[in-house]
Amino acid sequence: MQNADAIITDSSGEPKVNYLTNGSTIKSWLLTKDHKRIAIMYLVSVSAFFLMGGLYAAAIRLELLTPASDLMESGTYNKAFTQHGVLMIFFFLIPAIPAILGNFLLPIMIGAKDLALPRINLLSLYFYWIGGGLTLYALLQGGVDTGWTFYTPYSTTFSNTFVMAVGLGIFINGFSSILTGLNFIVTVHTMRAPGMTWFRLPLFVWAQYATSLVMILGTPVIAITVLMLAIERAVHIGIFDPAIGGDPILFQHLFWFYSHPAVYIMILPGMGVISELVSNFSRKKIFGYEFIAFSSIAIAVFGFLVWGHHMFVSGQSIYAGLVFSFLTMVVAVPSAIKMFNWTATLYKGSILWNTPLLYAVGFLGLFLIGGLTGLFLGSIGLTVHLTDTYFVVAHFHYVMVGGQVIAYLGGLHYWWPKMTGKMYSEFWGKISAMLVFVGFNLTFFPQFILGYQGMPRRYASYPEELQVLNIFSTAGASVLGVGLMMPVVYLVHSLFFGKPAGDNPWMLPGLEWRTSSPPPTENFETMPVVTWEAYEFGEENGLDTEEARRREAVSTVS
Amino acid sequence: MSEKHIESGEGHIAIPGYLGVFAVLVVGTILTYWAATKDMDWIFPGANTLVALLIAFTKMTCVMLFFMHVYWSPKLIWLSAIASFFWLAIMFAYTMQDYLTRSSGVFST
Repeated sequence: MQNADAIITDSSGEPKVNYLTNGSTIKSWLLTKDHKRIAIMYLVSVSAFFLMGGLYAAAIRLELLTPASDLMESGTYNKAFTQHGVLMIFFFLIPAIPAILGNFLLPIMIGAKDLALPRINLLSLYFYWIGGGLTLYALLQGGVDTGWTFYTPYSTTFSNTFVMAVGLGIFINGFSSILTGLNFIVTVHTMRAPGMTWFRLPLFVWAQYATSLVMILGTPVIAITVLMLAIERAVHIGIFDPAIGGDPILFQHLFWFYSHPAVYIMILPGMGVISELVSNFSRKKIFGYEFIAFSSIAIAVFGFLVWGHHMFVSGQSIYAGLVFSFLTMVVAVPSAIKMFNWTATLYKGSILWNTPLLYAVGFLGLFLIGGLTGLFLGSIGLTVHLTDTYFVVAHFHYVMVGGQVIAYLGGLHYWWPKMTGKMYSEFWGKISAMLVFVGFNLTFFPQFILGYQGMPRRYASYPEELQVLNIFSTAGASVLGVGLMMPVVYLVHSLFFGKPAGDNPWMLPGLEWRTSSPPPTENFETMPVVTWEAYEFGEENGLDTEEARRREAVSTVS
Repeated sequence: MSEKHIESGEGHIAIPGYLGVFAVLVVGTILTYWAATKDMDWIFPGANTLVALLIAFTKMTCVMLFFMHVYWSPKLIWLSAIASFFWLAIMFAYTMQDYLTRSSGVFST
């Protein structure tokens, strides 16, 4: 059993050197093997890509403020939404939680000094930079207009834009993903601290593990597919082009074999974050630990069996459509298990309404809508009406932004005190979380209606009767943009002027809260020995008493 | 055998062994070229593709077992290797369920 002394550590006991102060030269950062420094470099890089993708989104919403194609011509609009998709999906959504939060926290949460393959970890960051740099170069040279899916024959026969360069960028970036996944799997298998059994692992680690399986099993397929696309464009070997003996639908099979599981690469780590937030901020052992852990694995496995639901109207056989439709319903089950267990955990919990939990509760509502509308689209009859409409756009953004981005922001706020040793402004954090929630719903909920009314996606103009809902959507995007920019200001502000966070600001039992903030380079001064279960709250460990005192003090002051 | 691999690196084939595997790969490549020049449709339509895939599969298995040392590795590594084949089989099977049912019976498009 844990004891209070082990957990309630004093902020004055910080080591003289932590990972941030252990070397200040550029070389010490660029050649570091410390997973925490690599995570910080990912944080900066991924945020830059997020900003760029966001600027494209702003341009799209501005164009759609009016029915006519007046801000951009159609070709430019094609490039805007393609580049928004490419930057957001391959360079923000996929790496955000694994490469930033996973890199920083996974070794600490299992009691390890670092990832199992630190040099490989640095290499994965270099691949990310090279792939990202190449993609940005292509975008600056003229961009790409095929849609982020690179469907053939747009990308082989009709597009004269920089498909090859962007494809190569994504190909190289794929190796970053594979290496990160490989590293996580090896680390979880070989580097757990004494006593850290599989069923004592935090659920964030389980989610990262499941994500890593998808990364290493799926990513090679997209890499090979993009390579085949390049070969067909360059030397005209018939793979996807029917004129030279290929099959365009084969591209869709190969593309979605990776890209649907990639949705789970994006959302599974977010689910791991939500498990942490829900349990820790309701100060209750999570309801159904094993079910949540195995549902992550189930999502990873079943996620590979449903890709054909993206192809219901593409010419795929009806039999295949029926099979994929049925399996799509099946994959909803493990997601639902998580939702029910999170809700049951919150029930009668000692809830602390801080910024991270606001994001977590936002996630529950938004992901629920995103998930359920996914079932609409998985129904083979209904999807004929909804395919390629704004309904799909809204569904996808409810899962990706309402799910992954919200979870990422919740996780970033939750672990920020550990990463930096500083507390951010709780007031501005809450304002930001609420602005994001309101802005997001105002942006994307009208798009469900627009889609149901038949507004197709990927067009710069639309009928006048659809303008009101589009104005709502653009107005919401403005609010969302403000909400997303605010954390940049107050989190950076906290780096210089924030109060010291202390080692365990939330009074939690996890291993990451038992080392200093920021952690030393070796994570722990002595090897931790784990003798407690995950999410073990109780009066006997003294945490609840301390937390009660803290809450009382806060309420007295206010 | 797996313990040997972990502890001392013993049990690997020596350089002649590696050269032997390399020779198999070269022969496989030549066979692939030779098979591509023959029309095997008299066996069944598309037999050329199957033959090419069989040769490629044999070469890949040699690389995996000997060059990548899976043969001397712990069971967990074997499991990982087999799992990746399983996933490959999923990709082929579910893709083929589309192609093979496009023009048959009530499920034709």
